[in-house]
Amino acid sequence: MLEIMEGSHAVAKSVGLCRPGVIAAYPITPQTHIVEALADMVADCSIDAEYITVESEFSALSACLGASAAGSRVYSATTSQGLALMFEVCFNCAGMRFPVVMSIVNRAMGAPLSIWNDQQDSISLRDSGWLQLYAEDNQEAADLHYIAYRVAEDHRVLLPAFVCFDGFILSHTYEPVDMLTRKQAESYLPPFKPYHRLDAADPISFGLFAAPDYYMEFRYAIDQAMKQARSIIPEAGTEFSEMFGRDYSGLTEAYRIDDADCAIVAMGSICGTVKDAIDEMRNAGKKVGLLKLRAFRPFPEKEVQKALAGVSTVAVLDKNISLGSKGAVALEIRDALYGSQITVLDYIIALGGRDVRKKDIATVVASAEAGVGDLFYGLREEVLK
Amino acid sequence: MTFDEWLRVDRLPHIYCAGCGNGTVINCTLSAVDQMGWKKEEIVFVSGIGCSSRAPGYIVTDSLHTTHGRAIAFATGIKMANPDLKVVVFTGDGDLAAIGGNHFIHGCRRNIDLTVICMNNMIYGMTGGQGSPTTPRGALSTTTPYGSSEAAFDLCGLAAAAGANYVARYTSYHVKELTLAIRTGLGNPGFSFIEALVQCPTNYGRRNKLRQVSDQIEYFKSHAILAQKAERMREEGKKIPDDMIIIGELARRNRPALGVRK
Repeated sequence: MLEIMEGSHAVAKSVGLCRPGVIAAYPITPQTHIVEALADMVADCSIDAEYITVESEFSALSACLGASAAGSRVYSATTSQGLALMFEVCFNCAGMRFPVVMSIVNRAMGAPLSIWNDQQDSISLRDSGWLQLYAEDNQEAADLHYIAYRVAEDHRVLLPAFVCFDGFILSHTYEPVDMLTRKQAESYLPPFKPYHRLDAADPISFGLFAAPDYYMEFRYAIDQAMKQARSIIPEAGTEFSEMFGRDYSGLTEAYRIDDADCAIVAMGSICGTVKDAIDEMRNAGKKVGLLKLRAFRPFPEKEVQKALAGVSTVAVLDKNISLGSKGAVALEIRDALYGSQITVLDYIIALGGRDVRKKDIATVVASAEAGVGDLFYGLREEVLK
Repeated sequence: MTFDEWLRVDRLPHIYCAGCGNGTVINCTLSAVDQMGWKKEEIVFVSGIGCSSRAPGYIVTDSLHTTHGRAIAFATGIKMANPDLKVVVFTGDGDLAAIGGNHFIHGCRRNIDLTVICMNNMIYGMTGGQGSPTTPRGALSTTTPYGSSEAAFDLCGLAAAAGANYVARYTSYHVKELTLAIRTGLGNPGFSFIEALVQCPTNYGRRNKLRQVSDQIEYFKSHAILAQKAERMREEGKKIPDDMIIIGELARRNRPALGVRK
């Protein structure tokens, strides 16, 4: 049934339906509404979970790791500086193979302090071993949590997962969202079956010292699991589509790309604006399409190659910047298309909450067609003087 | 009395809600600094994240607005690099006692020559009213909708036990006493910790039957008990009710301090 609700509350409801046993989180804008709503659900006994009011994000994810080790399904949510504080624990969650699911309500990194949206925070944890899924709208943000738990807890994967969606643009926006019923959620997401857990009757140790003769094999195993997830995510997404009619069968989603000359590649809520801009450009006779990345980790290399095979120019919209290099998405796309004749141009856009309008997308496409790219889009020259 | 020459007037209006107690603490601090006769170029105000931590942005001196909970660690670096600077930290209960608790106890242990002023509103104000480590047991917040079940931190007890040279607690009601305490702290070598309980009508008061600003000020007034009186009561074997706020100078000593030029 469709309900009008805030993005944060849609996510909180979905998480509740995923039935975590332990929730630990620390307040940080713009994430806080999610955990406030979950705190209410726990207090009202509408979900059977422990809610820990921890003293920092570091403690939040540490508590989640511990609870996961003890065999519980766990949840946390954070953003920006909070995620940065979790950095150390993030690597540990992946290394110990605990399927923690965490919402990242994307926000810019300080300094200067900014509470507004870009994707620098989750992108900065690119190499931590967490799956990264990006949502375009509140419906997708809500739904991806079920899929994230399914994939993360799959014994062929066993990796933690970020579900990323844009701060304020989605988290504080009201949209119609179709929530699963409790029965539907239970039928899609079975109870958590830990692959291994702390059990006094069958002792096991996690996170111990690995000497040089073992360490590399651990890292290899995580990488293999990540690559395995390339087929498990579509499998879980396809099942979701079959059961509830919303299509998450791909690691990517293409929009009007079949006969396109120029393709835009983007992640997150900006894709909605891009689709509208594409419709307008198509009406004006321009052959433009969009390739939306739903999964950034694992990176869907093959799907990208297939989807972009017919285009001559790719304009990547990066809401992040690997300072001294390029946007993280553009680097991946260039790598995937290496050896082809396709021109890949990067546009660093919408950092720190700067608004992107349809005409900006049209300007980007015009620049890409003229071969002008690899730049920060929309800089205010008067500020730089 | 206000201290306009210390304020960045171009940054006004400030972000504080109507009725917030933080302005009182800023004013008391500027008054104390003024009384010390310190020059603007001698002082650095340092802060972390939260409502309290926005204060240095409104003051004309040099300032460093740092990451959540870490103000004391940053301030330690400033003081050790240049002990001639007078370093004052503005912090809040969430910043100091939760995410920055470790830096707080180690600042006290080292007894580094800082003055740390904590605006304790007993809630995470900036993010909208979640329970903090100083939210009293039973108090309502967005993450403790039926009342906090955890014990609150005694920040002054913590500072005194960890080794701070000067520790005092007052509230936004006790303007004169608070100003004097901050002034004493500024003049005292070593770690000086002044806790100022402040009203937060927006996020604490309205959830806890203290809806009007005056309700919470009244509460501070009627529940404050001077440390000396509390001591006398203890000696007489009288019980001090749990909800009383013990105010006054709670520690003053002369442990060796870090960052003081001989």
